[in-house]
Amino acid sequence: MRLEGKGIIDRTREVSFRFDGRDYRGFRGDTLASALLANGVKLFGRSFKYHRPRGLLTAGPEEPNALVEVIGKTSRTPNTRATMQEIFDGLESRSQNRLGSLRHDLMAVNDLVSPFLSAGFYYKTFMWPRHFWEGLYEPIIRRAAGLGSLAKVHDEGVYEKAWAHCDLLVIGAGPAGLMAALTAARAGADVILAEEQPLTGGRLIADGGLIGGDPAAQWVHRVEAELRAMPNVRIMTRTTVTGAYDNGTYGALERVGLHRSPRPNLPRECFWRIVARRAVLTTGAQERHIAFPMNDRPGIMLASAVRTYLNRFGVAPGKRVTLFAANDQARQTARDLMAAGVQVAAIIDPREDVSVVEECPVHAGAVVIDTKGRHALQAITVRKGSETFRIETDCLAVSGGWNPGLHLTCHMNSRPRWSEEIAAFVPVEAAVPGLAAAGAANGSFSTHGALTAGRLAAERALAALDLRAPDLAVPAAEDTPYTHRAIWSVEGAKGRNGRAWLDFANDVTVKDVQLSAQENFASVEHMKRYTTQGMAPDQGKNSNVAALAVLADATGRGIPETGTTTFRPPYVPVSIAAMGAGGRAKGFAPERFLTSDQASRDRLAPMIEAGLWYRPSYFPKPGETTWREACDREVRMVRGAVGVCDVSTLGKIDIQGPDAGRFLDFVYTNTFSTLPVGRVRYGLMLREDGLVMDDGTSARLAETHYLMTTTTAAAGQVMRHLDFVQQAFCATWKLRLISVTEAFAQFAIAGPKARALIDTVLDQPLGDLPFMGVRPVSVGGVEARLFRISFSGEEGYELAVPVDYGEALFRDLVARAETMGGGPYGMEALNVLRIEKGFLTHAEIHGRVSADDVGLGAMVSPRKDCIGRAASQRPGLWGPEREQLVGLKAAGAISAGAHLFRPGFAVERENDQGYVTSVCWSPTLDSWLGLAFLTDGRARHGERIRLVDHLRGIDVECEVTHPVFFDADGGRMRG
Amino acid sequence: MRLTCPLCGPRDRREFTYYGAEEYLHRPGPDAAPDLSQGGAWDNYLHLRDNPAGPTRDLWYHDQGCAAWLLVSRNTLTHDITGVELVAARKGARDEA
Ligand SMILES: [Zn+2]
Repeated sequence: MRLEGKGIIDRTREVSFRFDGRDYRGFRGDTLASALLANGVKLFGRSFKYHRPRGLLTAGPEEPNALVEVIGKTSRTPNTRATMQEIFDGLESRSQNRLGSLRHDLMAVNDLVSPFLSAGFYYKTFMWPRHFWEGLYEPIIRRAAGLGSLAKVHDEGVYEKAWAHCDLLVIGAGPAGLMAALTAARAGADVILAEEQPLTGGRLIADGGLIGGDPAAQWVHRVEAELRAMPNVRIMTRTTVTGAYDNGTYGALERVGLHRSPRPNLPRECFWRIVARRAVLTTGAQERHIAFPMNDRPGIMLASAVRTYLNRFGVAPGKRVTLFAANDQARQTARDLMAAGVQVAAIIDPREDVSVVEECPVHAGAVVIDTKGRHALQAITVRKGSETFRIETDCLAVSGGWNPGLHLTCHMNSRPRWSEEIAAFVPVEAAVPGLAAAGAANGSFSTHGALTAGRLAAERALAALDLRAPDLAVPAAEDTPYTHRAIWSVEGAKGRNGRAWLDFANDVTVKDVQLSAQENFASVEHMKRYTTQGMAPDQGKNSNVAALAVLADATGRGIPETGTTTFRPPYVPVSIAAMGAGGRAKGFAPERFLTSDQASRDRLAPMIEAGLWYRPSYFPKPGETTWREACDREVRMVRGAVGVCDVSTLGKIDIQGPDAGRFLDFVYTNTFSTLPVGRVRYGLMLREDGLVMDDGTSARLAETHYLMTTTTAAAGQVMRHLDFVQQAFCATWKLRLISVTEAFAQFAIAGPKARALIDTVLDQPLGDLPFMGVRPVSVGGVEARLFRISFSGEEGYELAVPVDYGEALFRDLVARAETMGGGPYGMEALNVLRIEKGFLTHAEIHGRVSADDVGLGAMVSPRKDCIGRAASQRPGLWGPEREQLVGLKAAGAISAGAHLFRPGFAVERENDQGYVTSVCWSPTLDSWLGLAFLTDGRARHGERIRLVDHLRGIDVECEVTHPVFFDADGGRMRG
Repeated sequence: MRLTCPLCGPRDRREFTYYGAEEYLHRPGPDAAPDLSQGGAWDNYLHLRDNPAGPTRDLWYHDQGCAAWLLVSRNTLTHDITGVELVAARKGARDEA
């Protein structure tokens, strides 16, 4: 029920929204919880296990009961806390964890059989027979036990991630936080003030009071206005700091768009990584419930939540409210209610020697021992001494004391300390380096105490930052001592089925914890796992300390002896979409395009991924219906006329300096310092463990200038490797190296007419360029490099120009080639051409082969040291027991990944002789060809071998051959 | 996690690639024994690593930055980073290889 003149909602802005299919109205500034409560809704959800009707327990992020689904056009967000979800026009929400309607949940039968569903029930009951698990038990349990349901569609919402840096991060904008931020800001520090709620003020919003003689709200307003006006301060509301990490890094989740009607490009959430030199934890404290019998009915809520609904939202949570509290501070709840005209039935205070002077009846030395009302509270039973009596009431405000909001101090493995004085855990100092808790988060509960602690924490941070603290007086404010008695649980009347809840979200009762102790799960870690206490979305915020106290009592120990409670990040649930923002689709795998990309797509070439690159697979011609037809034609075209292929993806590393040749001698197995200027050499590179890292060609462009090429796949790895070798072992050598992969576009021109094509594009006649030669040339006035190298086995050239000219040159080369019976060729043809020649790719040099395995053992020079040489000499890395590179010829289709067996031997792992790495149909040789690794393969050319691929259903005999199938003496490429 | 690159300043760990222990800097001579059976200098260098709980030194590559290899001193228990130096500029680098 809404109260006139109360609350700080905007009554001029009405908001309409839906819950469980019904239309409701609230005001701007309402949460879903407050707006529904104002509309008389008390039932918000069903509990996890027993499907008990549940209402609001809190008004904040720790809410265990009021978890709802928020339904968008394309999204469905389960487990949204109604206490945190602000309403907006068109908000659609519904309750969850029910079968049927919320009022008539069919699963509520669980509540009637609850004696059988106690702690450890699943462990004990669903043990046997074992095979019933998958088919029967698990699906039933899963359907019954889930909190909320998945939308089962991709979350297409927009999420952001962002970084921020500051001198001081203030976590929580209550009195302590505001005071800390103001102190640091006036000293000139860069301050970020993060506040979970939409507005600053913390508990001052709900509790009011005076600060410096003015209403607290005015002080909050003044401080916030001053902070907002300062350029060194950033106030981040709706931002929950979720975790504390190494080196002053904090995770924070900002609700950017969750409180507004969705519109395109409005992020739902932003996940921040905030790096702070110092941080102050001013997260306040969370009130505790009391575990009395039937303490979970809708209408029973924390006293502080009642004050929040009353004073912030102007909502009376009941018509006739009762207060059950064991501390003086909670009495404010009753006074505020009465001042607002809400009837207070009574104050129940378990303490004997307390004041009974209030405007309503006060029962000292009394406790609540039972409650009535299925869907909403109707009455409570109170025990005072030996008498019991009943009070009609529709809202029971409870306060079992306060727990400091110390969660973040536990995130780096530190455990809090038990304070007898306030009967709560408090943070230990330096639990997180650079982070200091202050105010209620540190166990100091008065407003004046919070203001003082906030200033002190900021002053200490400023000292560490070498900044001078300003002269800032702490204003006068409420400073009454915290007077309380710890009360954890209340026993019910004899013979009553009195269940007293600790963990509402997971339905864990006092009895469950006692049972756990009785069955010897007496350590707190065992108890938690046995009862599932603390494992629901609220992560034990409402129940950890009370459950520990009950366990301590059940095992006859004190609380500190029983254990401590701890909290891990995140402080509140964080959607994976926010944490991984930017990591989907192209954010996960960016695209790299060749300069010829558009020209290839213009020719309808299907593009395939090669790492992050996109390369043309083949260039279809009219009438061709399969990729094979196009590929076969392109292979014949290269062997018969001329083909053009973009090979710019190969890594290119420019190496210069007097010691460049010496360096190449050290990273390649073979020698490059003796290579004449203007010549190119094939090089083999090992890893230090003796296995092959990469291969490629290096050209000597000038006396002190080399250009290395790497394979596409290993370009990054080789660059990193060369940098390491140079900096770690050759730091004094005179050389420098840099990747120029993206500086040049490079095109292979291959085939019997390659030379003729080259001659038409060069500005000057080429003259004689021998095989494995390189020369600077000029193409249309552009300086270029021409290499005479071949990856196809034909007379081949590679022409490199600065990338800006790549597309024009490619289009020109292809057009000229077409007048000569040639054209472009793609990856498929390139692969066939190189398999016919037995050239290697990373299909063969896949990280587990030695130089000897691929037939290049002789390239490891015995006359010099090089990376990998020592290890390559180890026994076991060479010799007949190794699988060696061979060729395979077959009449029928074969496949890469197939394994090899001796004919007549069983196809079993023990008989495995090797495996196939690359295959193709060779239009040149009219045969299926394969490259494979076969045990002692070099000695077995001519043998028959059985090739088996169970996956593709292939089982054929092949001939083992030399891996070079075509033009073995290389006459064609030498020209 | 951030590393303070001597050339680039404090940078997010996403700019760096981890390689391995400092040991990789102490490459045995070409004639050192490869196998454990013969003394094992190469075996040690390539494969045997400590798993320290406490101070450790390892190698990071600033590949999204200046391409420098860095020798990082850090603590595996506290996650403190106590030093970052250039591999190429470290003491002794000028005499090796
Ligand atoms: Zn750097």
